[in-house]
Amino acid sequence: MITFNYTIWILLIPFLMFIVLGLAGHRLKPALSGILGTSGLAVITALSYITAWLYFFPGESHEAYQKITAFNITWLQFTENLHIDLGVLLDPISVMMLIVITTVSFMVHIYSLGYMKGERGFERFFAFLSLFTFSMLGLVVATNIFQMYIFWELVGVSSYLLIGFYYERPSAVRAAKKAFIVTRFADLGFLIGILLLSFHTRTFDFIALTDPNGPAITQGSGVSFLGLSVMTWSMIFIYMGGVGKSAMFPFHIWLPDAMEGPTPVSALIHAATMVVAGVYLVARMFPVYVFSAPAALEVVAWVGAFSSLFAAVIACTQTDIKRVLAYSTMSQIGYMMFALGVSGYGGLEGLGFMASMFHLFTHAMFKALLFLGAGAIIHAVHSNFMTEMGGLRKYLPITHLTFLIACLTISGIPPFSGFFSKDEILAAAFHHNMFLFSVEYAVAGITAFYMFRLYFNIFWGEERHYHHTPHEAPYTMTIPLIVLAAGAAFSGFIPFHKLVTSDGRAFETEIEWIVAIPSVLIGLAGISFAWFLYGKKTTIPDRLASTFKYTYRYAYNKFYIDEIYLFVTKKIIFRYVAAPIAWFDRHIVDGTMNAIAWVTQGVSFRIRGFQSGQLQKYAFVFISGVILLAILFIYLWR
Amino acid sequence: MNTGIPLQYFLILAAIMFFTGIYGFLTRRNLITILMSVELILNSVNINFLAFNRYLYPHKIEGMFFSLFVIAVAAAEAAVAIAIIINIYRRFTTINVEDVNVMKF
Repeated sequence: MITFNYTIWILLIPFLMFIVLGLAGHRLKPALSGILGTSGLAVITALSYITAWLYFFPGESHEAYQKITAFNITWLQFTENLHIDLGVLLDPISVMMLIVITTVSFMVHIYSLGYMKGERGFERFFAFLSLFTFSMLGLVVATNIFQMYIFWELVGVSSYLLIGFYYERPSAVRAAKKAFIVTRFADLGFLIGILLLSFHTRTFDFIALTDPNGPAITQGSGVSFLGLSVMTWSMIFIYMGGVGKSAMFPFHIWLPDAMEGPTPVSALIHAATMVVAGVYLVARMFPVYVFSAPAALEVVAWVGAFSSLFAAVIACTQTDIKRVLAYSTMSQIGYMMFALGVSGYGGLEGLGFMASMFHLFTHAMFKALLFLGAGAIIHAVHSNFMTEMGGLRKYLPITHLTFLIACLTISGIPPFSGFFSKDEILAAAFHHNMFLFSVEYAVAGITAFYMFRLYFNIFWGEERHYHHTPHEAPYTMTIPLIVLAAGAAFSGFIPFHKLVTSDGRAFETEIEWIVAIPSVLIGLAGISFAWFLYGKKTTIPDRLASTFKYTYRYAYNKFYIDEIYLFVTKKIIFRYVAAPIAWFDRHIVDGTMNAIAWVTQGVSFRIRGFQSGQLQKYAFVFISGVILLAILFIYLWR
Repeated sequence: MNTGIPLQYFLILAAIMFFTGIYGFLTRRNLITILMSVELILNSVNINFLAFNRYLYPHKIEGMFFSLFVIAVAAAEAAVAIAIIINIYRRFTTINVEDVNVMKF
């Protein structure tokens, strides 16, 4: 048996790096601190790959991949049963996430060496990146749901810090606050869910919670509230946390604004790793969902499907390339959620689970690639808006090629990886729910359309007037692009159905042509439609926009969700709840305190004349007091 | 066994001395006179100590020791008090206690 004790270093190294760079970073040369952070990441990337190799290919025959607690300490001991542990749990999904996080984080570190060069706060940036990597890794290897919650909040903090990296810019500060508050609000649901769940199952531990034959799953469904069992409620609340972090409808509003952060951050946090934490959470609790809360799983499926459609429609109208990618991220995460929602447990039934994890993996590769490519483009033309771009393929050959690969991947064109993972998702949906299948099928087409709208607008079309001739990015930026492009292109051939499955056992699956062929066709249709509209300069897009004036305007304004939120918070909550409370605080609570102070002041103003400086007056008072006390003790005390 | 002057006589004398001292302390304006009043109070206490010692515990001498202590302390206190009075006089050119009233609000 192999021991995985060393895996704790995967957590400790980035944490130490954060402390070193955070405390001493400003004394080091910027380049040195960047290289320090990157080399730390290189070490843990290597460790993660070794772990994955040892875990997935143990060299001895095995029936199923077990959950291994590689490291565990009791952090807080309240009573015999109630204790919070910190540790490292290895199972197929956590090991897969180790690979995803360290790979993308490593690429982003290298990329940032070039992209952030000369920025103020270079070492601060790397310190925060290390903090983020630490927290994200801690989240995925959590042994119990409380550890997950702790790291869940930590990734929220690091996301906040990195979105607000350009803190001189008011919009960045606003976006950072928005992201933090929205996700924090959703995490309230997560906390309630954890408390409900652990109250009824008497455990925090994932292994105990997710054992299909364990007591946690069989009990707890007895008590019911509003027609749903308490397990269902707790899983819905836990899912609320996932909805917030993964930017699903209705908590998606923070994600597009989060694009105010530096582009490598968008690639790492808001595309590849942190936003899939919600998917990971559902996958982690998956047996509980399947066996004791199927209604909650329905919620997961519907929220995922709706979000993916909703975001895809909005993405078609946005002009800021990072925002298009943000909505695309939301849409793809909706896909993953949806796939989990339509999945069953074990064997071929668990196809959706496997497909979701598969898509998570491939999505991390191609979406990080898209964001880093977008970063290279922004770096070259100093603008975020695709209306100010065009004809860039001559100037940015490497970026162009890798971007094209990513676009083909996300559109599900074989043989790139997106084809395989998306096909599995659609196949899982096909056997489960025809309506949701058709929704997701349409989304696949829309995805191809808006991605190629982006692609044609940037790289084709007529050239714009640029401030200076756009130039290809330095090697530190192009190498990660190439590596990720290779990942996006070829990771589809990884046999996920043998490695990452719902119950740890391998099962056989093959491409279902009845699903695969139409999905490729609709992808191609989306691409050709985009070519027809944006390949050459035409007036068709404008005419289409004016034909569907209202739809276009609603989608362009993101269906006014932000405005609805503002209305609810500002006009209703602030006016009818917060304002009265503020009045109460200012006038009643503060008023009481002020009244006490005023009375004291007035009384003391009146009686201060007693302190006259006349020694004999004091002595008189003193002696009178003594005599009074003497009388009291002698005649009245008894 | 104790013949001669009864205890009450001593106590009455001490009480008269004590209240004379208090009266002087409160009414006199001259610091020296106030100091003398304090000495009067202390001496009345001494008389009480000796009288009680003699009448209650004739074979012990703690009461006498205490009076000796009081005398010693009174001597020291008088020295300090006179030093203070001299300083007050230098500062304010008066030893009238009513004029020394800067320690107020």
